[in-house]
This record gives sequence, structure tokens and C-alpha cells, in this order.
Amino acid sequence: MVRVLINAPKQVRVREPFEVKLLINHPMESGQRRDTFGQAIPREIIHTLVCSMDGEDVFQADLFPAISANPFLAFWAVAARSGALMVRFTDDQGTTQTDSIAISVA
Amino acid sequence: MIRQATLAVAVMLALGTGIVLAGDGKRSGYDDASTETRAMQDDDAANPGFLWVAQGEALWSAPAGASSRSCAGCHGDTAAAMRGVATRYPMFDSTLGRPITLEGRIQQCRTERQGAPALPVESDAMLGLTAYVGLQSRGMPMAVAEDGPVRPFLDAGRRLFETRMGQFNLSCAQCHDRLAGQRLAGSTIPQAHPNGYPLYRLEWQGMGSLYRRLRNCLTGVRAEPFPPDAPELVALSLYLAWRANGLTVETPAVRP
Repeated sequence: MVRVLINAPKQVRVREPFEVKLLINHPMESGQRRDTFGQAIPREIIHTLVCSMDGEDVFQADLFPAISANPFLAFWAVAARSGALMVRFTDDQGTTQTDSIAISVA
Repeated sequence: MIRQATLAVAVMLALGTGIVLAGDGKRSGYDDASTETRAMQDDDAANPGFLWVAQGEALWSAPAGASSRSCAGCHGDTAAAMRGVATRYPMFDSTLGRPITLEGRIQQCRTERQGAPALPVESDAMLGLTAYVGLQSRGMPMAVAEDGPVRPFLDAGRRLFETRMGQFNLSCAQCHDRLAGQRLAGSTIPQAHPNGYPLYRLEWQGMGSLYRRLRNCLTGVRAEPFPPDAPELVALSLYLAWRANGLTVETPAVRP
């Protein structure tokens, strides 16, 4: 489990865009570096990230090795009804992690 | 003629002392950072330091060690109990008879009061707890004591700051007092105020304490870094913190 910070307003208005900011604690090891013994450090990045609002995908991203450690992603979304803003991502080890916060729509 | 020369020397001396920390005119590293780096620090949702703060917050209320007590078990609510605490560290500990850093104090609480194993130096847990405690003093001016039993340690720190070290034979003061604001390759030489530690450094792609920063500086001048538990490091941290008195705490800061 890596630490994920999802920052979005707790309350939004129907179909009014709001900003979502994500911070993920991840090394995003590019696979291009070598350790002190000259051995290649295997690539370990988050490669796929999907964000959904109440079950409906609102944002999707493919990440690549040139993205720095602890990636920060920000995007705008609209919501039609209250629900969970869910972030799901998969890294090179094949682990998929899901985090969510509740957003109420008025 | 002689009088003129004396006057010139006096003016030069006055100018010379004017450069060295006139009280105001202190510049936080924040002031020398780029707009983008500052924006990152200003927005808590974009500041990666908050990933560590979140970890520290979780640890604060997690029971640990033989006592099964958490930090919160004794100290209670952080916002009230830890407000302003980070502004006073490193501070003199009368039981130990020497100054102690904030990291040292957290470690002391952990091993002596909680009965838990010490947290490894520069571990995410240690950085997280320090950042979480430091955050409670954000925006408050640094106020490290300079009088009383701490004085000899402060003087020792000052001497270290002014001592030439390493193969480059450089002292901290040569760059950070006399050449602060000028360039070292592409970067502005900061005044070296430790008012944002532990901080997120983009070069490290991670969080680091003042100890990590000093280790970097020492290897930079090709000197052998002090071991993490060296009294010299505490003295130097103490002098640096005192030197930054009046600047506001920025923990967790973001630096290039």
C-alpha cells in the first residue's frame, strides 16, 4: 500500500467543474539507472491510473518512466450525483490499489 | 592621509559586518526558489511533503512499544500541544546536559517513554513525525534560545560554521554568509536557514532532514560527514536555527 492524497472539494454543485489533485507516494523508478554496483535497477512505475466518480470514469492516464517520484496529477471533473471519487492505479509489480473519498453533490 | 585611510578601513569594516546577518534582511530559501517551486510549497494539495505529514499524523495516534501508548496518549491534540514547539528546537535538555534536536526529542520519547525501538535515522516514519510536529508551528517565527546553558553549544556551532573543512578547504560561512545571493553554477546560494525542515527536495525526489542537508554540504566540500549522532551536528543545527531566528517556520518546505 502506498500513501495517496486525494484533494477535492467535499461538496460540489451539479455539473459544475471542480479540481481534483492527486499525490501518490511512489518511487517511479525509471529502469534507466544503475546502483552503486553497476546493476540495472528494474523499472517500477505506476503505468495506468483511472479515476471514477460514482462508478463512471472521469479521468484516465498512462504514465511513463520520465515522470518523477511521488507523481502529482491534477484534473477537472464534473459530477451529476453524490458518490465516491475513486482512484485506481496499477504499477509494474502488478499491484492495483484503490483509494477513494466521498463527494456530495448539491 | 592616515585619517582618510582609517576612515576607509572603518567603512569597509562596517560594510563587512553589515553583510553578516544584520537581524533583518534574512532571506528564507523560499525567497530564492523559483515561482514553480514556491507554488508547490504554497499549495498543500501539491506539496509532496504532505505525503510524509499524513504518515506522521497516522503514527501520532498509533500505539507503540512496551507502554502501548501513542504520542497522542500523552500529548493529546497536536494542534494545541505541538503549536510552536518546532520554533524552539534544538533546545537545551537539562537532564542530558546538552542540546537536543526535534528528531532527538521524538526518538527520546519513543525509546524512553513508549519503550519502542528507535526509529532509523532518515526513515520515512521519523521524517513523517517530525514534519507533522513541525507543521503545527508553520507560520510562527523561529525562536531558539541563545542564553543560559545553551550558550557554549551555540558558540561551538558558530565555530564549526566558520571552520574551513574538507579538501576544498571551505567553511559554511564563506559561501552562506559572504556569498549568499550569488550563484554557484545555476543555483542561487541561499543564506542557509533551516526554517523548513524536514523538507521535500526536488533533487532528492524525497523528504530529508537537516542532517541529510548537512551531510550533502560536507561531502560537497569533500569533507567526511559527521555521523548522525555526532554532537557537532547538533551544535551546528543549533547555530543555524538560532541564526534563522525571526524567520517563519515553513515545514514541510519544498526546495530545488
